Amino acid sequence: MSVTDKPLLSVRDLKKHFPIKGGILGRTQAMVQAVDGVSFDVAPGETLGIVGESGCGKSTTAKLLIGLTDRDEGDIVLNDKTLGRDMNLRALRRDIQMVFQDSYASLNPRMTILDSVAFGARVQGLDDPLGRSRRLMDRVGLAADRFAHRYPHELSGGQRQRVNIARALAMSPKVVVLDEAVSALDKSVEAQVLNLLADLRAEFGLTYIFISHDLNVVRYISDRILVMYLGEVVEIAPVDLIWADQAHPYTRSLFSAMPSMDPDSRTEKPPLAGDPPNPIDPPSGCRFHTRCPLAAPVCKTRHPVLAPRVQGSAHWVACHLHDVSSGHPDAGKGLTA
Amino acid sequence: MSDNLLEIRNLDVRFKGARNVHAINDLSLELKHGETLALLGESGSGKSVTLKTLLRLLPEKRTDLGGSIDFDGTDIMTLSGKRLRSYRGGDVSMVFQDPGLALDPVYTIGQQIAETVMRHKGVSREDALDVALDMLHRVRIPSAERRMKNYPHELSGGMRQRVMIALALACRPRLLLADEPTTALDATVQIQILLLLRELQKEFGMGVIFVTHDIGVAVEISERIAVMYAGQIIEEGTTREVIRNPQHPYTQGLLAANLHDVARGTRLDAIPGSPPALETRPDACPFAPRCPLMVDACRQALPPVQRPGPRRRVACLRAGEAIPA
Repeated sequence: MSVTDKPLLSVRDLKKHFPIKGGILGRTQAMVQAVDGVSFDVAPGETLGIVGESGCGKSTTAKLLIGLTDRDEGDIVLNDKTLGRDMNLRALRRDIQMVFQDSYASLNPRMTILDSVAFGARVQGLDDPLGRSRRLMDRVGLAADRFAHRYPHELSGGQRQRVNIARALAMSPKVVVLDEAVSALDKSVEAQVLNLLADLRAEFGLTYIFISHDLNVVRYISDRILVMYLGEVVEIAPVDLIWADQAHPYTRSLFSAMPSMDPDSRTEKPPLAGDPPNPIDPPSGCRFHTRCPLAAPVCKTRHPVLAPRVQGSAHWVACHLHDVSSGHPDAGKGLTA
Repeated sequence: MSDNLLEIRNLDVRFKGARNVHAINDLSLELKHGETLALLGESGSGKSVTLKTLLRLLPEKRTDLGGSIDFDGTDIMTLSGKRLRSYRGGDVSMVFQDPGLALDPVYTIGQQIAETVMRHKGVSREDALDVALDMLHRVRIPSAERRMKNYPHELSGGMRQRVMIALALACRPRLLLADEPTTALDATVQIQILLLLRELQKEFGMGVIFVTHDIGVAVEISERIAVMYAGQIIEEGTTREVIRNPQHPYTQGLLAANLHDVARGTRLDAIPGSPPALETRPDACPFAPRCPLMVDACRQALPPVQRPGPRRRVACLRAGEAIPA
């Protein structure tokens, strides 16, 4: 939805429903609507942050992007090539790589660090995979001479995450998907890795899709923020706009649920009651209407469409409050403070 | 009776085995009646071990304990048998990080809470069930009567943590230990649980020790903060003092790494390196190798504990000095 730049990556109407099987015949009893019609564009060199609570589909979206999970519907277009039509998975994975949350589980415990980093480059048939990997290890702050022949269990969490970053970069990808990549690290180590990610982005001209539940981290690293709720995009906007003024009632609640850092003005009232509903059987109409303080009858029946807040704005929101013709009694007024 | 509910003096905890770990090194701490203290630190700093020691939950054969713990006149280190059982859950109880693991999957939540009450208060089953229902109301579980008959797997994460809190408070303990009880929860649920704990603390007047790695959570819940590093408390004070005027270079670094209000594109003041492994007992400042203010003396002896105010302490030779940019 970037106006000027041609997108590097476009996702159109991505859907993934997981069947839940049960009973003696193992028949499908219900569907988890993990990702339900997600669309977004990412410009070259841009960092898109994705936030939302557990079960909102952020990680499934990440896995669909690199083809770790097969999508049910939707198109993934990278550099004008559509996955499955003009490009196969192997080609996609040269250009999109991923770093996972669990730095230990995502490394083969029986491979040395150097072999792990070089593995993808070897599979893709790139030149000099070992030399390339050693240079990358040095670049991410793990001296290749010291670390090349160590095994994952000999490293700390922060060091292992550096290995995973080097491994992702070994393919010289254009896009790196970081799925809660710093969440398992201690705060002091997290800051080191964030600095590294920012440096690498500048040096290699990378595009990031940065998934996290930590709004402060997402704000620091991202150019735009996409907010998901129960498998859908509810709001997407440049960081400064969304930080100053959240347009969707869910986004506003999510932001005000952040613990206060000021001992003299602690949070007095929780912004939302209850837990997020189960994505197996999501609410009708607007999926947030069951928890929304501003819900009207129309929210139960009509599904809001993601659209610019005002004509031409980069701030998009899916809420009847912002759609003059929605039939919500306060339609067009937006959120009042 | 002193006004201290809890006094920990020179606590040492060492785990023996193929590898020795000096988890807690000379830790002293006081908690007054009805006070809420946050133990703040990163993984491996000894926060959870401190809580487990307070409940004597550590495996005895593999643990060496030193020092003393006094809970309202009782010496915890020598408790055993029946007295230990009535202390655990009766005087002091604990809320764990993962309520899914801490609750018994084969009993309904009503039964579990009632069982605790029967055991500690010696009341009848009916009375205990009444207490359980009352507790579920107090932790604001909607349609509590129906929920009494639910099993833990039928509840959401936030509801389970409410049940955990109801269970922990059912016997009206004088001290509640909370080990990262909101870390596994979603942001919008976390703040609900924090505010609930704050209200219940006021209502019941118990002391609370709340372990967390999240500074924001500590600010929301606590009156006082003790910052841990390498099994020691390196800074302690009221929440306001520690957040507004951190004196230890580690605390300053942690606050800077929290990314609150950091502008995009600026470089973060990351603390270099990682915490020590604690295979040997620290005989110098454990933070020295990562410290921007380190001088030779820091590597030669344990840092002096400075006390710039009442109940305020900092274990640092250069406490309060600004870190050069």
